[in-house]
Amino acid sequence: MSLIKEQDFGTPAVPLEKIGGELISLEIDGKEVLVPMGTSVMHAAAVAGVSVPKLCATDTLEAFGSCRLCLVEIEGRRGTPASCTTLVEPGMKVTTQNDRLAKLRRGVMELYISDHPLDCLTCSANGDCELQDMAGAVGLREVRYGYDGANHLRETKDQSNPYFTFEPSKCIVCSRCVRACEEVQGTFALTIQARGFDSKVSASAGELFLDSECVSCGACVDACPTATLMEKSVIDHGQPNRSVITTCAYCGVGCSFKAEMQGNTVVRMSPHKDGKANHGHSCVKGRFAWGYTTHRDRITKPMIRSSIHEPWQEVSWETAINHAASEFRRIQGKYGRNAIGGITSSRCTNEETFLVQKLIRAGFGNNNVDTCARVCHSPTGYGLKTAFGTSAGTQDFDSVMKSDVIMVIGANPTDGHPVFGSRLKKRLREGARLIVIDPRRIDLVRTPHVQAEYHLQLRPGTNVAVVNAIAHVIATEGMIDEAFVAERCDPADFAVWLDFIKRPENAPEAVEAMTGVPAAQIRGAARLYAMGGNGAIYYGLGVTEHSQGSTMVMGMANLAMATGNLGRDGVGVNPLRGQNNVQGACDMGSFPHELSGYRHVSDDATRHMFDQVWGVTLDKEPGLRIPNMLDAAVDGSFMGIYIQGEDIAQSDPNTQHVTAALAAMECVVIQDIFLNETANYAHVFLPGSSFLEKDGTFTNAERRISRVRKAIPPMAGKADWEVTVALAEALGYPMPYKHPSEIMDEIAALTPGFAGVSYDKLDAMGSIQWPCNDAAPQGTPTMHVNGFARGKGKFVVTAYVPTDERTGPRFPLLLTTGRILSQYNVGAQTRRTANSVWHDQDVLEIHPHDAEHRGIRDGDVVMLASRSGETALTARISERMQPGVVYTTFHHPLSGANVVTTDNSDWATNCPEYKVTAVEVRQTNHQSHWQEEYEQFRQDTRRIATVAAE
Amino acid sequence: MTAVRIFVPQDAAALAVGAGRVVSAIRAEALSRGLAIEIVRTGSRGMFWLEPLVEVDLPAGRIGYGKVTPKDVPGLFDAGFLQGGKHPLSVGIVADLPWLICQQRLTFARCGITAPLSLEDYQAHGGLVGLKAALAMAPAAIVEEVTKSGLRGRGGAGFPTGIKWRTAAAAEADRRYIVCNADEGDSGTFADRMLLEGDPFLLIEGMAIAGLAVGAEKGFVYIRSEYPHAFKTFYEAIRIAEEAGVLGSDILGSGKAFHLEARLGAGAYICGEETSLLESLEGKRGQVRKKPPLPAIEGLFNKPTVINNLLSLAAVPTILAEGADFYQAYGVGRSRGTMPIQLAGNIKHGGLIERAFGLTLRELVEDLGGGTLTGRPIRAVQVGGPLGAYWPTHLFDTCFEYEAFAAKGGMIGHGGIVVFDDTVDLARQARFALEFCAIESCGKCTPCRIGSTRGVEVMDRIMAGQDVVNQITLLQDLTELMRDGSLCALGGLTPMPVMSALTHFPEDFDRAPLAQAAE
Repeated sequence: MSLIKEQDFGTPAVPLEKIGGELISLEIDGKEVLVPMGTSVMHAAAVAGVSVPKLCATDTLEAFGSCRLCLVEIEGRRGTPASCTTLVEPGMKVTTQNDRLAKLRRGVMELYISDHPLDCLTCSANGDCELQDMAGAVGLREVRYGYDGANHLRETKDQSNPYFTFEPSKCIVCSRCVRACEEVQGTFALTIQARGFDSKVSASAGELFLDSECVSCGACVDACPTATLMEKSVIDHGQPNRSVITTCAYCGVGCSFKAEMQGNTVVRMSPHKDGKANHGHSCVKGRFAWGYTTHRDRITKPMIRSSIHEPWQEVSWETAINHAASEFRRIQGKYGRNAIGGITSSRCTNEETFLVQKLIRAGFGNNNVDTCARVCHSPTGYGLKTAFGTSAGTQDFDSVMKSDVIMVIGANPTDGHPVFGSRLKKRLREGARLIVIDPRRIDLVRTPHVQAEYHLQLRPGTNVAVVNAIAHVIATEGMIDEAFVAERCDPADFAVWLDFIKRPENAPEAVEAMTGVPAAQIRGAARLYAMGGNGAIYYGLGVTEHSQGSTMVMGMANLAMATGNLGRDGVGVNPLRGQNNVQGACDMGSFPHELSGYRHVSDDATRHMFDQVWGVTLDKEPGLRIPNMLDAAVDGSFMGIYIQGEDIAQSDPNTQHVTAALAAMECVVIQDIFLNETANYAHVFLPGSSFLEKDGTFTNAERRISRVRKAIPPMAGKADWEVTVALAEALGYPMPYKHPSEIMDEIAALTPGFAGVSYDKLDAMGSIQWPCNDAAPQGTPTMHVNGFARGKGKFVVTAYVPTDERTGPRFPLLLTTGRILSQYNVGAQTRRTANSVWHDQDVLEIHPHDAEHRGIRDGDVVMLASRSGETALTARISERMQPGVVYTTFHHPLSGANVVTTDNSDWATNCPEYKVTAVEVRQTNHQSHWQEEYEQFRQDTRRIATVAAE
Repeated sequence: MTAVRIFVPQDAAALAVGAGRVVSAIRAEALSRGLAIEIVRTGSRGMFWLEPLVEVDLPAGRIGYGKVTPKDVPGLFDAGFLQGGKHPLSVGIVADLPWLICQQRLTFARCGITAPLSLEDYQAHGGLVGLKAALAMAPAAIVEEVTKSGLRGRGGAGFPTGIKWRTAAAAEADRRYIVCNADEGDSGTFADRMLLEGDPFLLIEGMAIAGLAVGAEKGFVYIRSEYPHAFKTFYEAIRIAEEAGVLGSDILGSGKAFHLEARLGAGAYICGEETSLLESLEGKRGQVRKKPPLPAIEGLFNKPTVINNLLSLAAVPTILAEGADFYQAYGVGRSRGTMPIQLAGNIKHGGLIERAFGLTLRELVEDLGGGTLTGRPIRAVQVGGPLGAYWPTHLFDTCFEYEAFAAKGGMIGHGGIVVFDDTVDLARQARFALEFCAIESCGKCTPCRIGSTRGVEVMDRIMAGQDVVNQITLLQDLTELMRDGSLCALGGLTPMPVMSALTHFPEDFDRAPLAQAAE
């Protein structure tokens, strides 16, 4: 396989539907070409196969017209217009090559090279430099100005960013980086400083890149045509020579990347322009933070131990697998068939997840399988399935470009889903209006060229009261889309709901005191959402991780149905899913009560179909959820677990309860690429493979199934799916797959929504959004277009019930948790990259008022205590918080954020109530008891026995 | 005893030569002599060689006393100047001066005569007639009238104003803007400043008419940052106009709205380029935009925008008051109407002349301008600002109008003429043009950003006599590239002064090497 370079058309394509489908015919160098109206001459030339020299133009950015290399002649027009900024006209006759144009272009290149280092041979961009290419293309042979004139050759290099360098001496001031930062990323961190010959790219106000507002998304580096902005990895290794198109293993946006390789070394992860989720954009994690895949902490040999107090012993795959299998069988023999279970991974592929649940259902013989979605988006699955009939978001990401009003609830896209966040900001800059519902003043509330019209800064835990109040306004002020409701929704349910929502206790004025949101703001936001055109809801864990998470999801579904904001582009109810494959893990039947495609295990027809293909008789009773497994372990009835790629000891709430349960088990089998915190309690460690080391598919938040492709061999010798296969075989349940494509074929055969999915089709189409079957052979970008999946949309009464977690004299503050841009989830990956320069510890954000009241200064160490436990953190005074609410992240294991969170959970799905914990904060000068003990324990339990010399 | 009215300009050009001190001296002298006077501050008549020009209001007309210094004031009183008494500084009845008699003042008709901030004065001298006429017309009819008048952009490009208005009016949008380019940065020009200081309501009236014509309810005037007096006067004029209901949400009781805002420029020549000006108005760096889209279709804040030079907008009230035919009757060929021409540099009678197009360059600089101040022969004039061509005397019979100038490789620009005597070094002037471009370039396009700096270096080599033949070839290639390849007129027109100097004054470029010259 060779290096993939996408064609650059110079200026963006004009979408046909945007201009009413009108094509224009023109002639370029005698060749006729048909393009949409509004297309640039440069783009049309590229379509015609005519290459016009260019430097400042690239088709990810709007035309700029600065380099003046692309000048052309047009019959009947004066002068030599730039082809990038000149739009096509019917019958136009364009000449791109003649003596006059050649002379002008050579003149431009002569100027460029008169102020450019002549070190091409040793330059890091050698072989991938557009300036070099253009000098060749125009036939520049001499620089008559000489090299002694004014120049920028002595400008100093900025190496402050951990991932790329900025070398201004090589800059041609094309502004592609500045424009990428504005147009693509929307951060506006870069500018051109000074003017004329002194013009210079500047990060913020002449700061180092690391100190500037730059978020290291890499868009500028991608856009740079020279070596001015260059990946340090390319400087170190040289140019890559082959590409493997794959999918990012971080968040649920699911960006498509080219892994650019030299042999088995990754040189660069380059966002793929044809990727339909990201369209060539990326964030600091996917673009740069892949170094963890070769980190020295990677465990590459299977290990076992008889007790967690023993050091690990490295053993062969065979030994480890057989040990795990015999332990599971022993436990089942001693405690019963249901005494073991497993957890599938939202980080692994669909195929691997499918295999793990299959192993548990068919091999273990019970339904004790669950997945991390339990602790994040299980209410999404429940709520959207109840309302619409499908456990997934309704739109594709591109839909946001057609939204007029965007409501972001309990999500922080610019940190958590940065690539989608950039698209969202682009739409907002185009004029869409924004409503933010969040206890914190997230960046979206006010960021360059974006300002929320309404920020409903509610008290944590009062989501349902707010969403009901919004619906109340819509219902009582005559803003319901009666036609939509009549045609698309169940009338009986609607009547009940309408009666409920109109009740005075749901009025904004009635909930104002409780929610902390002024009634007028709720009324304004409701009117805007209902009447402002296409209204789209995007939400995150701030919706789901509550005692009423499922209620809130249904509350939003009610809003969308009541206003007719479903079933077309620009609208919908859209979860921003946290992990790369959390949607897929749910789709694949990871929940104890559901087989793949969200079909209940008690459904005989479905189960019998599986029975036949799998050659077993499946249990018709739902198995245990994670919290049930943990409780059962403490009770002594659940004694063995197989956990693939999940770290419940760090990520799940009430850490001390989780670890007590793990410690009580007799066999904990962990499959991971690192010794994670859960592995501290494990007896068998099966080394996992990173996303670069295997084939498979991930499904992102927009139901998009994308290929993961093996770029390098698995470091431990086996891809994760092969480990599960081996374990199944050792348990006496053979799974003779030779390639993950065969697993996908089985998924397709057993799952109606996946019936049309195959690796061949994925290779041909790039990616597919499920449902993909005979009814929708090309997949389904927008759901519920002609009717809801369940038939009629269901309005559900969503009465607000305050959480049991209350503040009081002992715990007067509310803690809410979340994450930040540079770190990801439990940090297992990002902490093992240079991303830690931006966030080397979790801090506690606290409002100045609360801090002053407690004598806390910025940077003080404080003790954060709840009814569950306590932990010490560094305080950061922040006006992003509202008084009475504190915030922290859980990226570092010793921060112990989840020592503090409680066992409270969503009534329907047991999704933990991470977002609301009553706490107190006080000054301290020491770590918490838990932290001290755990640090010691951690050191002891992570020992690996050194192999004695033979 | 009624107070004698004395008129003294408040124009910056008059203030620069002591008009303020003269006023103080006159007041003090009158007080000590117990004489009742009333001093009215006006704009300038545009005869800068006579400033400070003190005029006394007498039944026969205004008697003028030119180049008055504070020291002259007691003598003026002694000579009975309040009654028009004879004095060496007396110039007689100002309106009868040949300089003014030969002019055709439409735009500058009131300048120097009225009190700039007196709306009564403005109306008493024919103000607001155009706006009232416009209010009685359909918007399309206003546009038609302006089109018929033949008015062309006075900023230099000479684009028909009516067509621009029609384009903006036809563009679909929820709002439109009128923007006045008063970032007057050309060397030797001062007409915008004189008008802002001397007759600000005229511009307000012109912009309100433009607003009515294209359906814009908001206008901005972008005033050069080096014009503090003009800014202050105009800012105050807006306030007065708003108070009087000339501006606001109900202009002259018509129910139609037009709001105006004065903005101080960002201090860069490039911000006088229309798209940079719009960027600057939006609060961004003054960087040239690509075209298309034209500002008339997507201009300020991406809305259809009429961006006109101040002189274009200031010509509009006359057109509406007197009719397109009246205005169109002035001028020659396709250059219709009058042009405020500004004489500067090494000239005896520097100042502003408003005349119909059609005089020759010679009539302007030799007859009206009176030749050089130094008394030496004229060798060259530069017309149209720092990017305009240098004209040799053998082309002085060229008619001052758009097409005739273009045919000879020049342009009339904003109407500024700078005169040089026979001591001028045109190679140095060519270098200056490139240096000016290097300093003022926004830095966006390559030919201008790098080319201007390289051009200065090439000129340095030529002037040092190094490799002259090859360097001149390089200079020609470079100017061709800048002319054909630049994004905007700054880079595109810089070749004009350079190449006109080289073409008409080649002897100045034929330098002997410095070393040889020293022998």
